[in-house]
Parts: sequence; structure tokens; C-alpha cells
Amino acid sequence: MHAFQTSGNCIRNISSDQWAGAAADEVADPRPWAELLRQWSTLHPEFSYLPRKFKICLIASDEDRAAMRLHDIGIQLVERDGKLGAAFYVGGGMGRTPMIAPLIKDFVPIEDYLSYSEACLRVYNRYGRRDNIYKARIKILVHEIGAEEYARQVEEEFAHVKTLGIDPPLAELERISAMFAPPAFEASASDELDRSDPDFAVWVDQNVKPHKQAGYSIVNIALKPIGGIPGDATSAQIDVMADLAERYSFDELRVTHAQNIVLPHVAKRDLYAVWSALNDADLANANLDLISDIIACPGLDYCSLANARSIPIAQKIATRFADAERQRDVGELKLKISGCINACGHHHAGHIGILGVDKKGVENYQLTLGGSGAEDVSVGKILGPGFDEDGIVDAVEKAVEKYRNIREPGERFLDTYRRVGAEPFKEAVYG
Amino acid sequence: MADPIVSFAEFEGSNATAVRIEPGDDARALIPHLDRLTLVEVTFPKFRDGRGYSSARILREAGYEGTMRAAGDVLVDQVPFMTRCGFDDFAPDVPLNEADVKAALGRYADVYQPAADARVPVWKLRHG
Repeated sequence: MHAFQTSGNCIRNISSDQWAGAAADEVADPRPWAELLRQWSTLHPEFSYLPRKFKICLIASDEDRAAMRLHDIGIQLVERDGKLGAAFYVGGGMGRTPMIAPLIKDFVPIEDYLSYSEACLRVYNRYGRRDNIYKARIKILVHEIGAEEYARQVEEEFAHVKTLGIDPPLAELERISAMFAPPAFEASASDELDRSDPDFAVWVDQNVKPHKQAGYSIVNIALKPIGGIPGDATSAQIDVMADLAERYSFDELRVTHAQNIVLPHVAKRDLYAVWSALNDADLANANLDLISDIIACPGLDYCSLANARSIPIAQKIATRFADAERQRDVGELKLKISGCINACGHHHAGHIGILGVDKKGVENYQLTLGGSGAEDVSVGKILGPGFDEDGIVDAVEKAVEKYRNIREPGERFLDTYRRVGAEPFKEAVYG
Repeated sequence: MADPIVSFAEFEGSNATAVRIEPGDDARALIPHLDRLTLVEVTFPKFRDGRGYSSARILREAGYEGTMRAAGDVLVDQVPFMTRCGFDDFAPDVPLNEADVKAALGRYADVYQPAADARVPVWKLRHG
């Protein structure tokens, strides 16, 4: 992260996987490649006055934890025949016109990927719309001319751009990679875990994820206490997390787009100590990716753009589903709330999404179902007429209970919705 | 006296040596005629419209060696980017303060990426 180009119609911060460099399923550490993009895009002479802001995401796993295809450009590092390359998805985004980025090129050899990015941007800079700020993102260009035509233009531009010597030699990547060298893992760290404390075991199952290094884990701290403000932490809690990061995670702590915290490199033998300290600080919420792990924008409580409050809705829904066993029975359910159409709360990508609007001076909440920001990316669809503050909480509960009644074994809420469609949920909510 | 500058539309079929291109004009259409061009004036009706940066680079990349003028809403913040895209002449609507321009051009010792100027990206300085 850096504070360069954080506003303006330029290439913004590159986003990536919050488990980068730790995830068991990545083909490469995406961070050096993201840093290379960051350098290339910083003070880029040609692309500092684009039609609109521009966000690039780069991941390196099939599992998408970064909403990659909801970015202007989403890049996935992939391997083919033992060689590293980049799949390019262009033209995604949320906001008032949500779109999923189509695949533009399935494999760009990694030694070409800055040139290919340059070609993608040049086509956008020349032909992206500038007549209307709401139609100026690259998603509109790609949508209007079609992914195939956009890809053709990029390919043509790339053939020229590749001759310009934009791609640095591998030695530069190696120099950058040294800055992201793995910490000094203990090679003989034990993979065993004493799960005799049941509360600890529940937290491990929900919040602790596989690490690429044997004997280590990725710890996710869910800043989602029942009834609390999503993503908030007190100064004392922040001190606790900082101490834990220093002591148990090689001094590293990350903030996620889901408003949670990651300790990326924790030895399994230290998990119980970490959990105990988190538990003492009310930070051991075992609800990662459950219905109470809500993303909420600041909403009308803080934001001058908002039409409706988000935080109280999140608090009421989490409180309604306070029963931990019921939450776990419901399973993975990503609920996201935005207080206006700018979609900072990513409601389009929520299995359940809530959008707050202003209806004749009164807050009104629309319910969308079926969105996803993961590798099974989709944009949620509005179920029907909106609700008032308490009505939306009831509607969410009715939809969730409908799912519990009709799900097939192993199905998540999203899977059931995709199988049966909106009708049964409409009936349950409005019936 | 310098040749009159013709518009992009007038240029086709003329033997003009100086042309003005607007943001929406396709700079690539000039490439077959670069030999006779001595001045390309790229207009910036609004500083936020950055299409002219691509136009300039495309012409420099195609080997154009004449004057490349940025005209219109050209502000001091844009001059370093414009210089890197190949502009070497400026006709701003509002005159720029020379000391400010100098400071802007000298602000960063290194660049991260190659462009249409002679500056060498920092990775090339490191690795040759």
C-alpha cells in the first residue's frame, strides 16, 4: 500500500489477496507482481488523465478472495506448461452499473504483462467515454463495443507496444521479490493442534485457514461482534492485535476488504495463545464468512453521500442471528450493505445484498440475492419492493429460513438460490 | 513565416506541413505523412481530457521528430507528463510561471517506466 494516486482519474492502488504470500493455494506470491504494476503505473505519463479512475486487482489463486472480476482490470496469475502467465479480465466494477469483467486473454506470458496492461490502458484512454462521468469507466467501453472487439483492439495495440521495451527484465522482479521474501519459518514446526478446548476448536474451524508452510496457519480476526459496528476496533483492541502480530506473526498484520484483520503467518503451536489473547480482548468472534460477518459502508451515520444508514441495519441483522449454532447451520453467507448506489459496501457481490435508498425522505432498503465477489462471481438481483429498517431485518430472516427449509445437503445459501431461482424466496419474503 | 496550421479534417488531401489534432482525432492517420510534418499541435480543450497524451506518444513511437505542441488547457501539473509523452512546445491558454514549470520538471530524479522521452527507467539503470 502507498498513498500515491489515491484520487484522480489515474491508476489507483493495486489490490490483491489478503492471504498473499501465505495462502496454500497460490501459484506464486502475487505481491511482487502487484508491486511491479504499482511501479509501472506510478506517475504514468500517458495514463494520469484517464476518462475515470482505474483499479487493478491481481491474484494468484483459483479461489478469488479479492473480488478480482469486479475491478477495471482483474489479473489472475496462472501456470501453463510450467510457465507463469496472466489471465486478463477487463471491464468489471460495482457502483451504479455493476458489471463482471469478461475474460479478454486467457494467458499472457508473464514477461509481457506490463506491455499487455499498457495496451489495455491505451485503448481505454483513447476510446473510453468522456461525455458522461457515469459512463466513463472502462466497463462501459467494454460493454458497448463488446469484449471481443475490445480484445481485438488490445491485441493490435499490444503487437506495437511490445516493441517499446516496457517490460523490465526478470532481474527487477527478483529484486522486488526479495522485499517480499517469506519470513524465517521454522522448518520443523509441528502440524499438530490440541483441540480439547471446544470454543477454541470452533474458532479454528471457522477463522483459521491453511498456510503454504507446514506447521503454520493464517489467522483471521473477525471484527464483527454481534451487535457491534462492522470493522470497528477500540484502541485497546488494536494494541492487542499489534502485539499479537509482533509476537506471533512475524510482525505482520493486514486489513481486509471484508473489514477484518489477518495475521498471515502464525505457527500452529501458537494458535491457542493467540486465540486466548483475542478472546480476552473480545476479538475471538468465530463468525468469518457467516451471516454476521457483514460488510457495511459507513452509511448516513458518517458519509455525506449516503441516502440511508448502514451500520444500524448490520447491527440489527447480526443481533437477530446472534445464536452461534444457527449461524453455523446456515453456513457461508456473505451479507453486504451499502447506504447508496456507489456500492462501497459491495452489496452487488453479497449472497444477500442490501442497498439503502432515500424514498421521499425516508430510508428504504432494497434486498438483492445471488451476488458473489468470489470465483463464482455474479451480481445480485433485486428481489422486490424495498423495506423499512425493521422490515429488511425480517426479510433477511425469512429468506434465510426459506433456504434452510429447501436446501439440499452441502448447499450454501448462494447455491440454493442459484438452483431454485428467486421465486421461492419472493414467496417467503412477500408471500 | 511558419506554415498555417490546418485542422485534421483539412489535412487529408492537402500538402500542409502543420496540423492540429483534437482529442477525438485518430493520430495514427497521420503516420503515413510524418515525413512532411514539421508541427503537430495537440489540443487540450480541458486538462482532464487525456487523449492527447496517447496521440503524442503514438506519433513519437512512429518516428515523428518535428515539433509537438500542447495547446489549450495546459497547466503546470501536466507539463511533466506531457514532456514524457513527447511534447516539446507548449501553448497554454493561461501563461505558465517558468519557475514553476522548472520545479515541476525537476521534481523526480527517476522514472519508473519508459515513455516517449529520453529518460531511462530506474529498472534499466539498475539492471542495464
